Amino acid sequence: MAGPHPNGPKPAQITVGRIGLYAFLVVAALFFLLPLYTMVVTSLKSMEEIRLGQIFALPATLDFSAWTTAWSGACMGTVCVGIRSGFWNSVAITLPAVALSVFIGAVNGYALSLWRPRGANLLFGLLMAGGLIPYQIFLYPMVRAMANIALYNSLAGIILVHVIFGLPLVTLLFRNYFISVPEELCKAARVDGAGFWRIFFEIMLPIAVPMVVVVSMLQFTGIWNDFLLGLVFAGRDNLPMTVQLNNIVNTTMGERTYNVNMAATILTAIVPLAIYFLSGRWFVRGIAAGAVKG
Amino acid sequence: MPIKRKSNLSATIALLPTWFVAVVVFIGTMAWSIRLSFTNSTLFPSSTYVGFAQYSKLFSSAKWLASLQNVLIFGVLYVAGCLLLGFLLAAALDRKIRFESAFRTIFLYPYAMSFVVTGLIWQWMLNPTLGIQASVRSLGWESFVLDWVVNRDMAIYALVLAGVWQGAGLVMVIALAGMRGIEGEQWKAARIDGIPVWRIYVSIVLPQLGPALAAAGMLLAMGVIKTYDIVVAMTNGGPGNATEVPAKFIMDNLFGRQNLGLATAGATVLVLGVIIAVAPFRYAMHMRDRAKGAA
Repeated sequence: MAGPHPNGPKPAQITVGRIGLYAFLVVAALFFLLPLYTMVVTSLKSMEEIRLGQIFALPATLDFSAWTTAWSGACMGTVCVGIRSGFWNSVAITLPAVALSVFIGAVNGYALSLWRPRGANLLFGLLMAGGLIPYQIFLYPMVRAMANIALYNSLAGIILVHVIFGLPLVTLLFRNYFISVPEELCKAARVDGAGFWRIFFEIMLPIAVPMVVVVSMLQFTGIWNDFLLGLVFAGRDNLPMTVQLNNIVNTTMGERTYNVNMAATILTAIVPLAIYFLSGRWFVRGIAAGAVKG
Repeated sequence: MPIKRKSNLSATIALLPTWFVAVVVFIGTMAWSIRLSFTNSTLFPSSTYVGFAQYSKLFSSAKWLASLQNVLIFGVLYVAGCLLLGFLLAAALDRKIRFESAFRTIFLYPYAMSFVVTGLIWQWMLNPTLGIQASVRSLGWESFVLDWVVNRDMAIYALVLAGVWQGAGLVMVIALAGMRGIEGEQWKAARIDGIPVWRIYVSIVLPQLGPALAAAGMLLAMGVIKTYDIVVAMTNGGPGNATEVPAKFIMDNLFGRQNLGLATAGATVLVLGVIIAVAPFRYAMHMRDRAKGAA
């Protein structure tokens, strides 16, 4: 509200403690923002300017050429096609993997909490244990198995791997959500003659829309940011953006083009950051839900 | 009351793919890996059993021992750093601050980014010839040193710095949510007794956040055991073995050096590490739930 509001709260007294508090917050904010600022200004500089060693200085002139190079001309080893292909690979991996894992997670959560078929608790326990175990122990046998069914180094293969490793978390979140749904709802629908799938699609899924959004957000950023699984399972033609980014920066021959590196880094971070800034509340709910799973 | 078993066929069928994943993918592949760790497999799996030979080789490897030491230093400082900074940020934001949501957004955004991105950002900031060090030196402080990523003794702390930068926001979000859940009555009572604000946070708020912070710490600790991306992006294990970590040692031996037996032995040790780390926490939660149930 603009203008004076005499009935509003009294302005807080300015004390030493108050000033210290704000000083702490401002210094902390600088610490968190400085790397982002540095990346942006570096990506807008020419290499001559970067060689001056003034990492925090503003660029003398705005030079967007590093961005176009990063997008369509940066080299990964000897191939110089930019990070563009990685971007589209990440899109092609992430969208189906999110859709599939959210759907399966919702069905699992619903079946485990409201139907509780034989062995439900055992299955849930196994899944939770699987979610805790470091991926390294699964990798080699999975590579062999995927090769045997001709899915190793394929788009379908990396999508499947993400769905598999996402199952523990998405199942947990949906189970905890559906457990709070009154069972009478399910029973009443059964009395009316609705079956497992009809109750799911017509009653439970619509109820669970907020959870679907939260889990989708969580899965989207998780899969987009993945490095290890993409590196192992995607294959040369489907490498996600994160792997290509690391190849651009850390396997460059000759002089490093720091401006291009930083532009490529920002391009890789931009999608999850956009999700974070545009949907802050949902994103925060997602990570809080993911964190407090206990 | 669960719905009668007779009508549960659809639910059972719907869960079949998940059963397959849990039993075949999770248990099956783990058993396969553990089995390989007792063989002399190198490039290809072998079925010649060698007992604990791979394990004794593992624990006589300087690189593996260095990686264990590194992950321990990194893990303790990273988890402690995230918890401390996250709690401080939450407590500060809890003091009816202007622009609270702007501050919150700033503190949490690194968490949205990939560990690879975080590693590369800090590699650039800490680059000794062009990064912060060069900038400060050009201001006139010629002897200023911030060469952590290329310094054997400091490289592990460079990883901690980048890790805390990325992870503190998560703790802040969890702690702040907990603080908002604390009843105003407790605050009033403490204020009437004249207890200073910092004391209230330490003695009244912190204990109530215990379970939430423990869960956050647990989550971060699980991440520590899996630490891989940030190391590959930032230092690639160097200089020397200064930032080697077990997850990277395993990956290198699995796919780079084709030492299947050794790599799977390392992975088995890692799994044991997780079990040892998680078991006491799980047990405590279980006992707490039982105590609650009995009350």
